[in-house]
Amino acid sequence: MQPEAPEYEQSSTARVLPPVQPRKLAKVPFVELADGRLQGVVSSGSDIARVYVSSVEAGSHDYSCSTNNNRPCGGAGSYGTCKHVDALITEAVVQYGLRPVARYLRVELPEEGEPGAWELRRAMNGTLNRTEAAVVFSRFLHHLSYLELPVSTSPMVELNWFPAAGVTA
Amino acid sequence: MLGTHVSALLGAESAGAVEALELVDGFDATLVHGLARLDAERAGAVTALAGAFAASPLGERVAEAAAKVTAGAVAEDALIALAGARTALLGAVHDDLIATLDAAIGRERAAWAGENGKAGEADNLLSGCRAWLAELAIAGWRGVESDLVSGGSQAVEALYAKPDRRGLAVLLDGLAAELTAGSPLSTMAPLPSRRWADLWARGMMLSAADSLPGEPEEVSGRLLVLGLELQEHATVVRAQIHGVLETAAGKRLVRTGVAAGKTDTIVGPQVWSLLAGFPVLLGAVAEKKALELTGMTLLPGGDLVWDEEKAKPGEAVDPFATARLQLGEAVAPSAAPLERHPVRIAEPVFLQGYGHAAGAFVIDGHELPVALDRLPTAGPLTAALVASSTECVGLLRWDGRWFLQPLAVRATVKKATVDVHIGDWAMGPTDPKVAKALAKADAVAVLRERAGRLLRK
Repeated sequence: MQPEAPEYEQSSTARVLPPVQPRKLAKVPFVELADGRLQGVVSSGSDIARVYVSSVEAGSHDYSCSTNNNRPCGGAGSYGTCKHVDALITEAVVQYGLRPVARYLRVELPEEGEPGAWELRRAMNGTLNRTEAAVVFSRFLHHLSYLELPVSTSPMVELNWFPAAGVTA
Repeated sequence: MLGTHVSALLGAESAGAVEALELVDGFDATLVHGLARLDAERAGAVTALAGAFAASPLGERVAEAAAKVTAGAVAEDALIALAGARTALLGAVHDDLIATLDAAIGRERAAWAGENGKAGEADNLLSGCRAWLAELAIAGWRGVESDLVSGGSQAVEALYAKPDRRGLAVLLDGLAAELTAGSPLSTMAPLPSRRWADLWARGMMLSAADSLPGEPEEVSGRLLVLGLELQEHATVVRAQIHGVLETAAGKRLVRTGVAAGKTDTIVGPQVWSLLAGFPVLLGAVAEKKALELTGMTLLPGGDLVWDEEKAKPGEAVDPFATARLQLGEAVAPSAAPLERHPVRIAEPVFLQGYGHAAGAFVIDGHELPVALDRLPTAGPLTAALVASSTECVGLLRWDGRWFLQPLAVRATVKKATVDVHIGDWAMGPTDPKVAKALAKADAVAVLRERAGRLLRK
């Protein structure tokens, strides 16, 4: 539902970000739509100290997957995406919803029926095109660093602009 | 609140406030397209903003800034002056609304006793923030691209290292996230022009001036909790507690709050575990106990700076009883001048004997809108409970119109009377189903494990 324009434009607490849906983070701790890509970090299934940085580019749908130390993922090849990229897409759909992810990646979804993450993946036919893992990995570390911030007891008038959103928003 | 109160509140009209908001809207439109590209109409809006201050102490400085900006010389000090003018206009609207509210519901308010704020000290961190905000204003929201948004991230990150600048850091972080989410901004529709101008001007003020909290005092006495509201964006969560402070000097309305950093993936009831370091405060909220305070700092704006060491839980006190019996006697604080803005109004009230309409309570035929979109998923208070409620503790707020933000309701569920407060889950969800689901997918634990393994390598 599109908000009424003048009311939205003249509201101090107009909502810009849609609510994030809860999801399990063990497999894919970090997902974002940024820098023209769906990108994120996928935990390795076999080595708890290893993570993969996976991404899909908007428009071309070219994908990339490598460890945070830039070692290419063996699963991602010219014949298709690896399980890390697949998991990234699945979790992004849980977090943001199917249509917002499709819109960002510029994927045409069928109007009819109830398409899911599978239809989204099938509609993409990019090829392997490795990108630097370092940028996304450092964004993930920055993301995690918020949990390390000390708690604060200062008054924060600013947060009156940020009321917690309910489900009925 | 009685029908006469609601009627007086909703019926009040202020020509001055309408005019002030028109000037604000005019200025906000210049930020949409950027101060570097002012056409005649938007240049006129900047001049009109300055004109409103002709007879005030700000007048000369604002007029000079408007002249510079409309001539195409968009310097940082001119932007600070214009942001100050916009802030002062909204401050006047705030004062007008508060005067209406106090008269309508018969609330006594203490006069502001602190200072008015002063220019901030030279600080590299703050100049980085100002420079970023200036670039945003010059480009205009429509012209802001991702490089410009991320251009502020270094300055914001550095701010987090300074505890006394946390509010500014949180504000700018929130603004940057929204600018990113709205991209491409050249075609975003509708664009939240007042909201972003609010955040921009507040950021400018916070990085240009020290908002002096005035002389803090040490207070001892009993804090009776009225309710808890939750505030959050992707990287912060804050529990704000409203209450009545009883001291030897009398009863006062106060607030206190605790905040923690978070990620966007920590949502719903998961946020409480981030605030687990405040068991005395949140325990009292969850268990409906009073708090005995000894020598805690109270700022003149009505904010207690929470300190677990200076509080201990007292006897059980029903927040509905506090709202019913104490609200009429408690003296409300005045906001610090730099902080006055309609969005800041959050006045605790108690309602009973109302009827229900879609999204509103009906009192003697007067409809008071209820903000059902502000019932956080972190707590047990739902729209259905609000719709079947007979009593409510809430906050009167204003955003274009007056509305009520519920904090707690007394409702009838299956012929039994139940009290449901947002803060009931402050020590973790009390609903076993929710608690079990939370334990199975503990986002905070997963991310802390990842942080522990990856951050310190």
